[in-house]
Amino acid sequence: MSPTSARAAGRHANPLPVPALTAPSKPKRIVTVERLLPSGLRVVVVRRTSVPMVEVRLRLPFLSAKPHHLARSTLLSETILTGTERRDRTGLAIALQELGGDLSIGLDADRLLLSGSALSTKLVSLLGVIGEVLESATYPKSEFTGERARLVDRVTLARSQPGVIANEALAQRMAPGHPYGSSLPEAGEIEQSSAPQVRKLHADLVRPDGAVLVIVGDVVPARALDAAERVLSGWTGEQAKHKVAEPPSLEQGPLQIIDRPGSVQTSLRFGGAALRRDDERYPALQLANLAFGGLFSSRWVENIREDKGYTYSPRSALDHATLRSAFLASADVATEVTAPAVLETLYELGKISTLPISSTELELIRQYAIGTMALSISTQAGLASTLVGLLGAGLDVEWLSTHRQRLTAVTIDEIAAVSAEFLSPRALVGIAVGDAEQIAPSLRRILDVDVRAVTTTG
Amino acid sequence: MPSNKPAVAGGAALRAVSFELVHHTLGNGLRVVLAPDRSAPVVGISVLYDVGFRSEPEGRTGFAHLFEHLMFQGSANLEKLEHFRYVQASGGIFNGSTHLDYTNYFESLPSNAFERGLFLEADRMRSPRITDENMANQIAVVKEEIRVNVLNRPYGGFPWLVLPPVLFDTFPNAHNGYGGFEDLQNATVQDASTFFDSYYAPANAVLCVAGDFDSDNAVELIERHFAGIRRRKKPVRPDFSESLLIEERRATVVDPLAPMPALALGYRVPDPGVDLHTYLATLLLAEILSDGDASRLQRTLVQSKRLVTDIGAYLGTFGDPLEERDPTRLNITAHYPDRSATDRIIAAVDDELDRLAMAGPEPGELDRVRTKLAATVYRELDQVMNRSLEFAKFELLFGKASLILGLPGLLAEITDDDIRAAAGRLIPASRAVVELIPGGSA
Repeated sequence: MSPTSARAAGRHANPLPVPALTAPSKPKRIVTVERLLPSGLRVVVVRRTSVPMVEVRLRLPFLSAKPHHLARSTLLSETILTGTERRDRTGLAIALQELGGDLSIGLDADRLLLSGSALSTKLVSLLGVIGEVLESATYPKSEFTGERARLVDRVTLARSQPGVIANEALAQRMAPGHPYGSSLPEAGEIEQSSAPQVRKLHADLVRPDGAVLVIVGDVVPARALDAAERVLSGWTGEQAKHKVAEPPSLEQGPLQIIDRPGSVQTSLRFGGAALRRDDERYPALQLANLAFGGLFSSRWVENIREDKGYTYSPRSALDHATLRSAFLASADVATEVTAPAVLETLYELGKISTLPISSTELELIRQYAIGTMALSISTQAGLASTLVGLLGAGLDVEWLSTHRQRLTAVTIDEIAAVSAEFLSPRALVGIAVGDAEQIAPSLRRILDVDVRAVTTTG
Repeated sequence: MPSNKPAVAGGAALRAVSFELVHHTLGNGLRVVLAPDRSAPVVGISVLYDVGFRSEPEGRTGFAHLFEHLMFQGSANLEKLEHFRYVQASGGIFNGSTHLDYTNYFESLPSNAFERGLFLEADRMRSPRITDENMANQIAVVKEEIRVNVLNRPYGGFPWLVLPPVLFDTFPNAHNGYGGFEDLQNATVQDASTFFDSYYAPANAVLCVAGDFDSDNAVELIERHFAGIRRRKKPVRPDFSESLLIEERRATVVDPLAPMPALALGYRVPDPGVDLHTYLATLLLAEILSDGDASRLQRTLVQSKRLVTDIGAYLGTFGDPLEERDPTRLNITAHYPDRSATDRIIAAVDDELDRLAMAGPEPGELDRVRTKLAATVYRELDQVMNRSLEFAKFELLFGKASLILGLPGLLAEITDDDIRAAAGRLIPASRAVVELIPGGSA
């Protein structure tokens, strides 16, 4: 092949050298100050003066295997800001805007996360609003009824997205019957949940003992700690404990096709077990994932996107939940190349789980892992989110600052060992949401498949 | 270094952030903005070219975006895949994106890769390596991008692909910026060569670097890598303006995948380049309408009347209010369960606009919305990469990188009367209405 360059005239007879990297700057140490409040709330503060803002993250463990927990906790997260003993929904929203502030509620099977920001001079007031909500959210009946109906519609909207269908199917496939098996409640369950049930859930789980509060911004740490202790002193109590079993170990089986007639793409999802971040083999698995599909310059992306043009954004990642870590890979591929795309995926998984990666690859992914870790904590918001995630998982800022050394020490052999165990095609389960009539016949030629209809219970 | 000094916005004392900005222009016309900040060992490098999908030729819809992909496919001194690998092997991240009026390319890197990043950008400004093979590959990738974002999902491209053809009359403003598959398929290497020659001249671009470097050294490195790129004529930007609407326009689209109806209202708005004050009043109006639970449309249409599942008001194609020249637009979009409610929803929006046009904001309403908006700007500027992109964008579109730092001050000048006037301009006769009819619900 002789590429016809559009800019042949601009090419250099003697290529210019790509500049070498200069000496790296030493990473700045992250200084945290912390206090365990009498209520059991752990407060961690970092001073960052880059902009006159402050970021607040409050993480509450929320894992429960009780029936209806998903519907009720979703409703709680959607209605916790609709009124307190002091203020109605509009009053709360006005109070936040006046602080240049924002407060949003995130929920997954493990935790409820309050994420807030405000002008840094308004930290005390922001904590005041948060404390007011934690202590005295009222879940007013009229607001609750309206939001419940709206949630049913929003769940219907979500379930019409092929990506959501695929992610839900994979979660279900990986953790059947477990809280990790779904993140979207069923409409019927939402409709049957009442405001008193959600108030009871709040009383049971919205408690400081075991919760973590992270504050990052243009603040004086000692004063921020004092403010948190003072303002949140009325929030007390222990969580009602729910022991939740680990999800069952992965059961191998055929690629599950979820039929979506007329689909012009197939949403492919693969999942398997992975190592926790405190496992000594974790850094090797982190790099193995990157080499396979965790960044643009990875084998899978260079193959099925840049070489074959089957897809726009294939990507793999490690996902860390409290009770398990997982390897996840996703790609949305053109319907007509579904089987070839699966074949290339199996090829790349098979290759990385049987042959060592090259030293050039290792250096690329190692630098990428180290560099992007620094980028992700270079903002107030990024640092606050990273910290609360680590603290919630029982890790700390020390883990973050020593992780660079752990990444530096990883060898090719260590990556080969974890790849063999975790990235082998036989270690994974797969989902394909697409037009079964078009994709099943060719997929059957390369692996076992099992076709089922989309469950439209939204 | 960033420093904080007092400014006044919204009546309350806010500490405005300020960054030292250094300007420089190369002999070939490339405009350079430096925003040094030694506080973290990170640099952001962005190059913005003054061409977006508004400028692509008829018969080549989607070409500006396809061309953005091609700029990553190798260049004078780099083979295919090398650009990505050099950035990522340096511990950095990259991307590019195509907008109505510009196209950006950017990297966020540890500061020890600063010169490497400059080299990578200079090399493709000098000469991207566009081949038949890369062209065919990236046409396939772009088609998958369009499938995943538009064709295979409900509400794909709503409203950004369906509103312009109703609101505007001329090809540049009205056409599909993602492109039709036939047009994409017809694109040639020769088209790419012509497009590059016309629009990717150094004089038609802004380079902005932000973060951990010394300004003098940065200027020297930028001269070293970019000064040798041949000077070419800066293209004359055509007049894209269109006459104002004289009556409301309505259209419907059917979405076979959507489970429930949706609605988009698009309004013509003042030219931000000519009258920024009036435009910013419209921006604050949009926030009053839909930012948060205390906003007008949330309270009326979501919480009180319960007509819609969600509703939002924003300026521009993609929600960045200050990334487009004239003509641009204000969008109001909503999803709702009951199709028979369409007219009631539109009437409720009109009622709320009438109320604002007659009575103006409630006491405190304007102040708190602009405080929030100023805080949003600060938050945005915390990230070195965003800082680089924002300074470059304001330099390219407004000829003034520092304009973003002055926004809190400009927002402070907007009065209740300005809001009243802004609401008064959003009348039915100045809008297009597109109703999305779900075809997927059984």
